[in-house]
Amino acid sequence: MPRMNMVQALNSAMDVMMARDQNVVVFGEDVGYFGGVFRCTEGLQKKYGRDRAFDTPIAESGILAAAIGMGVYGLRPVVEIQFADYIYPATDQLVSTAARLRYRSAGAFTAPITVRAPCGGGIFGGQTHSQSPEAIFTHVCGLKTVIPSNPYDAKGLLISAIEDDDPVIFLEPKRIYNGPFDGHHDRPVTPWSEHPASEVPAGHYTVSLGEAACVRQGEQVTVLAYGTMVHVALAGAEEAGVDAEILDLRTLIPLDIETIVASVGKTGRCLIVHEATRTSGFGAELAALVQEHCFYALEAPIVRITGWDTPYPHALEWDYFPGPRRVAEGLKKVMAD
Amino acid sequence: MKNAAPLELHVPEPPARPGEVPDFGWLKIAPAGSVARPDIATPPHEMRGHAYTLIRVLDERGAASGPWDPKLDAETLRRGLRTMMLTRAYDERMFRAQRQGKTSFYMRCTGEEAIGVAQAMALDDRDMVFPTYRLQGLLIARGWPLIEMMNQVFSNTRDRLKGRQMPVLYASREARFFSIAGNLATHLPEAVGWAMASAIKHDNRIAAGWIGEGSTAEGDFHHALTFASVYRAPVVLNIVNNQYAISTFQRIAGGEESTFAARALGYGLPALRVDGNDFLAVYAATRWAADRARTNFGPTVIELVTYRASAHSTSDDPSKYRSAEEPGRWPLGDPIARLSGHLARLGEWSEERQAQLATELDGEVLAIQREAESYGTLASGPHHSPATMFEDVFKEMPWHLRRQRQEMGS
Ligand SMILES: Cc1ncc(C[n+]2csc(CCOP(=O)(O)OP(=O)(O)O)c2C)c(N)n1
Ligand SMILES: [Mg+2]
Repeated sequence: MPRMNMVQALNSAMDVMMARDQNVVVFGEDVGYFGGVFRCTEGLQKKYGRDRAFDTPIAESGILAAAIGMGVYGLRPVVEIQFADYIYPATDQLVSTAARLRYRSAGAFTAPITVRAPCGGGIFGGQTHSQSPEAIFTHVCGLKTVIPSNPYDAKGLLISAIEDDDPVIFLEPKRIYNGPFDGHHDRPVTPWSEHPASEVPAGHYTVSLGEAACVRQGEQVTVLAYGTMVHVALAGAEEAGVDAEILDLRTLIPLDIETIVASVGKTGRCLIVHEATRTSGFGAELAALVQEHCFYALEAPIVRITGWDTPYPHALEWDYFPGPRRVAEGLKKVMAD
Repeated sequence: MKNAAPLELHVPEPPARPGEVPDFGWLKIAPAGSVARPDIATPPHEMRGHAYTLIRVLDERGAASGPWDPKLDAETLRRGLRTMMLTRAYDERMFRAQRQGKTSFYMRCTGEEAIGVAQAMALDDRDMVFPTYRLQGLLIARGWPLIEMMNQVFSNTRDRLKGRQMPVLYASREARFFSIAGNLATHLPEAVGWAMASAIKHDNRIAAGWIGEGSTAEGDFHHALTFASVYRAPVVLNIVNNQYAISTFQRIAGGEESTFAARALGYGLPALRVDGNDFLAVYAATRWAADRARTNFGPTVIELVTYRASAHSTSDDPSKYRSAEEPGRWPLGDPIARLSGHLARLGEWSEERQAQLATELDGEVLAIQREAESYGTLASGPHHSPATMFEDVFKEMPWHLRRQRQEMGS
């Protein structure tokens, strides 16, 4: 089976879908000839032509609006927002049309679009190339939100997103494009090729939206994580010497509540880890759901390890990033009671 | 229409891709001195042609001519030349520092130096400027110390922005230089707001804003023009058309069928389209627009036609999308060489003095760089303490941030 990093896996997903479905079109800033600033769309214009993979003006609102219009026509646009930090000009299109079109027209019109955007820090991108805005989208009713943590899932989830008839926000943690990253920024970078999830089928397959994956089975505590933080949580649990069950949520909306409830029901403890800022972050929703569903199983208060409630500071990146040391501390805290 | 061919999507292409011969034949270049200079009180509809031509003062031989010649004395011209050269020397050193791993990122303005420098000289130092990330020449021309700029680039202990911003996203209240935004175009309508405030307070200061041609596609650009037009705000709105937005040629931004200056016309604003590599033309056009704004005749849009001679940033590799020969074929030349040639023609400069000054400026920049590095670099520190991260989110720190600061353990 071919080995792929996350960039190649995402490229392969779009390639497979463009070959299978003439209605799939790909566009965004620097996406066409150049193939995207992270190279995710490399070669697609050459293979499928300029009217199926093309560059756009720098106008995120325009990109989303055009995608919605094409979706209404019957196409399946896959658009790239160069960095998730630049999605805000498109907010009105996402919130007021994409998310509600099916509802407001009682199904007469829909927006079957996929919005890809690199997210997260770890590349010294400062406050405008590091954000994790997933909770902004999960708060909007009508948008699905996906965040993969490895190449196999990235491809399977992206194909599912493209085939899905609802709008999907597909956030790609840029720090793990080229290799898994456990938060130890001072250690050498490991490439994906040594990781089992870099074995990616060349053809079509899907990973269903709404299904979490258990990446480590354990008995003492459940860790809920997604994206880069899955790898950080694995390292943190190792370092804390705690027998943690680590769930990679993969899809935030729709959320795999059954898997979460079954795990917390078993362990009685829960740690939530995300890179995004804490207040009103997706961890708050997870904590609320866990206490609603598992209150009588809980043996200790739920703990959140997250980015601080500040913009992402350039030079102090590693003091901001919730690394394995903080995850280990969080695990010890949740185990203490 | 029965027999019409099926519809086709038009996707603009640049004249040449890597491996093809670069061609700038599409750029219509008006002869130096040929464009009329209207009175600053001219109503916008009487000068629509200025959005489609190219105001030039310096010709190919370095001679200045025509009504736009600002007739600056040799001393002022040498100051302009020196500042452009200092900007380039600074860029080269910072670019190298990034390549040496001392910081994360850098952006040069190579080939675009006349824009920041001549415009800073044409504006009043008290005017408020809202720049992009490629206007370091503007900050340098305002006399802001290079050491301050380098401390920011290195995110060191003396960085006034406390290591919070990526390199080159400067901010200086003292230099009346607005905090540079990473989010494109957001600052342009803010410049208009500042100008409206100046009018509300019957002040005599104006605002100036800059935006790349690629970023004119953002809605915020159009908000700037609407508000500037409706309230006749005292503002100069500059579009720096350097032909590229990262990998995309300006046609993708809407430059194929019209000029960027002509965007102004639909809003009833006057526009000047200027040779951006001609120091004298840039100075004169900016002065015209500034005088117009200051005397209550309202805003002007200026398109500065130039060329991004180096990469978009240290993260970019232009050989992937444009021919390596293209920069050398840009027909409007290099702003430093052109002003230097003009001064030499006036008998006020020479190749020897040029070479000598270049060496001197590089030495000056290097000495300042050594000092800046003694306060730390991004790679090796020291930096501001992690606890400072929680400051300035709000004026007073709320309990949850104090608690998080404690949790961080510093
Ligand atoms: C809202 C937003 N979208 C996208 C980006 C990413 N980006 C940074 S610079 C750039 C190109 C800008 O080109 P232009 O406006 O022509 O300015 P130039 O770099 O040529 O000076 C892009 C797309 C951004 N910073 N902000
Ligand atoms: Mg540009």
